[in-house]
Amino acid sequence: MVRTYLLLAWTWLRASAQYPGPLITMAIGSFAVNMLDVAAIWVIFEHTRSLAGFGLDEVMFFYGTSSMSFALSDMLFGNVDRLSQHVKAGTFDTILIRPTSAFVQIAVDRFGVHRFGRIAQATVVLAVALPRLDLSWDRAWMIPLMILCGIVIFASIFTLGGAMQFLLTDAPEVANAFTYGGNTLTQYPLSVYGGELVRGVTFVVPLAFVNWQPALFVLDRQDPFGLPYWLRFAAPVAALALAAVAMLAWRAGIRRYRSTGS
Amino acid sequence: MIEVERVGRSFTVGRRRARRTVHAVRDLSFTVEAGEFVGYLGPNGAGKSTTIKMLTGILAPTSGRVEVAGLDPTRRRTALARRIGVVFGQRTTLWWDLPLRDSFELIRHLYKVDQSVFRSRLEELTALLDLSAFMGTPVRQLSLGQRMRGDVTAALLHDPAVLVLDEPTIGLDVVSKAAMRGFLRRLNAERGTTVLLTTHDMGDIEKLCRRVMLIDHGRLAFDGTLDDLRATAPGEESIEDVVARLYTGRSTTHAGDGLDTSKD
Ligand SMILES: Nc1ncnc2c1ncn2[C@@H]1O[C@H](COP(=O)(O)OP(=O)(O)OP(=O)(O)O)[C@@H](O)[C@H]1O
Ligand SMILES: [Mg+2]
Repeated sequence: MVRTYLLLAWTWLRASAQYPGPLITMAIGSFAVNMLDVAAIWVIFEHTRSLAGFGLDEVMFFYGTSSMSFALSDMLFGNVDRLSQHVKAGTFDTILIRPTSAFVQIAVDRFGVHRFGRIAQATVVLAVALPRLDLSWDRAWMIPLMILCGIVIFASIFTLGGAMQFLLTDAPEVANAFTYGGNTLTQYPLSVYGGELVRGVTFVVPLAFVNWQPALFVLDRQDPFGLPYWLRFAAPVAALALAAVAMLAWRAGIRRYRSTGS
Repeated sequence: MIEVERVGRSFTVGRRRARRTVHAVRDLSFTVEAGEFVGYLGPNGAGKSTTIKMLTGILAPTSGRVEVAGLDPTRRRTALARRIGVVFGQRTTLWWDLPLRDSFELIRHLYKVDQSVFRSRLEELTALLDLSAFMGTPVRQLSLGQRMRGDVTAALLHDPAVLVLDEPTIGLDVVSKAAMRGFLRRLNAERGTTVLLTTHDMGDIEKLCRRVMLIDHGRLAFDGTLDDLRATAPGEESIEDVVARLYTGRSTTHAGDGLDTSKD
C-alpha cells in the first residue's frame, strides 16, 4: 500500500511538473493565507499576556502541532473527502477495476506540490515556538507521537467524510465542518471553549487528542476542566479507535456505491 | 469462467415522495465457459452495463450470486482485477493527464507484471493496435479511436483470462472498427481469452460472437447461437431486423406483424 502510494504520488508529481506554475502559486498562496492566522494570534497578544491561561509561545505550540498534523494528513489523505467529484464524474468505476486499494488511489489522486504549502507554514511556526518553550526530553518525547495521532485522527475524519459521500453526493460540506473545523478548533487551547464542547471533543469526536490532552502533559499543566490525568496518554487509543470506525464506514460505503448509468 | 445465478440489482431513485425503485437487472442467470466469445445485447437501459459492473466488482448485486474466474467480485475485487481486463467504451480507465507510456508503466506496477513479460506484451499490443505514434501523448489529447486502442492495450497488459468490454466499438470509424474486431477475434482464437462484450453494432455480433445473449428490462430474453437468433424471426432479412423484433416484440420491416417473442 505504501509502495503503491509512493509510486502513484511520484507519477503525479512528474506529470504536474510539466505545468508547475499554477501549483507553485497555490502552494505559496496557502502558505500566505495560513500565515494570516499566525498574525491574528500576534494581534491578540498585543492586548493581553495570556489567552485562557496560556502564553504566546504555548498558544503557538498548540497552533503549530495542530497545523502540522492537519497539513500532513491533508497532504496524504485530504483528497478522500473530494470523493463525490469522482462519484459524480463516474471515474470511481475505473478506480474500482484496479487491483489495488481504492482508498490509496483516491487519496493520492492528482498529487502535486500544492499539497506542501501548509506543511511549510506549520514547520516555520513549530521551529519558532519549540525552542522558546525550552522543553526537556522527558516531556518532549510526546510531541512526535501527538503529531502522529493527530494525523491519524484527521485522516479518519477525512475518510468518514468520504464514506458519507457514497450515500450523499452533497456531503462534502458536512465533512468539512469536522475536518477544517476540527483544525481551527484545535489551533487554540481548548480552555478558550466551554466545558460542554470540550467533553464532546474528548469523548465523542476525539479532537481533544489531536493536541490538547497530550500538550497538557508536554507543557505540564493542570487540566482546567478537571478531566482524569490518564487521558493525556490516551491519544493513540483514541486515534486507533476512530481509524477503525473510519475503515468500517469506508468499506460499508464502497458496498453501497451505485455508480452512474452508462 | 463466469457464473451468474439469479442475480438482481435495483436502484432507489428520486427524493422523498418521488422515490421509487428501478430494477436494472432481475433474476438473471447464465454461465460463460472458458474460451467463449459472447455478445451481450439489449435495448438502451436494459441492464447491460449494470451486469458488467456486477461482474467486475464495481456494483454489489442486491440479490443472487456472481462468480468470475473463481472469485466473488464484490468480496475479492482486487484479486479479481488481476485476472480480468475491463474496457468501458464510454469512459477511459486510463489516467487523463498522463501520457500513454506512463499509464502503461503504472499498470505494470499495479498489476505486478514482470518487466520482460511487460516489454514483449506491450510491443506486441502496440504493433497490433498501431499505437506507437501516441505513446508520449497525454490521454486527454487522444482522439476517441486512439484512446479506445489505448484502453484495450491497458486492459490486456496483464494477460487476463477474461476480457469484458462495454461498447468497445462505439464511435469508431469503419477501418478502426474492423481492426478492433480482427484484434479481438485473434485474441480469443490464439490466446483463448474469454470475451464478453456489449454493443449496439450488429456488425460486431455477426463478425465476432458465436453466442449471443439478449437482455430486456433486466431479464434474459434470449441465449443461443447466432443461427438460433436468426431462427427466432424467420421472415426478417438482416440480423438488425431480427434483434429489433426481439427488442420491440414487433417486426420493423413488415408493419403490423405483431408476434411477441421477447416477453415472457
Ligand atoms: N447508478 C444508477 N442509479 C440509478 N439508476 C441506474 C443507475 N445505473 C443504471 N440505472 C438504471 O438501470 C437501468 C439499466 O441501466 P444500464 O446502464 O445497465 O443499461 P444498459 O443496458 O447499459 O443501456 P445502454 O445500452 O443505454 O448503455 C436503467 O433504467 C438505468 O436508468
Ligand atoms: Mg450501457
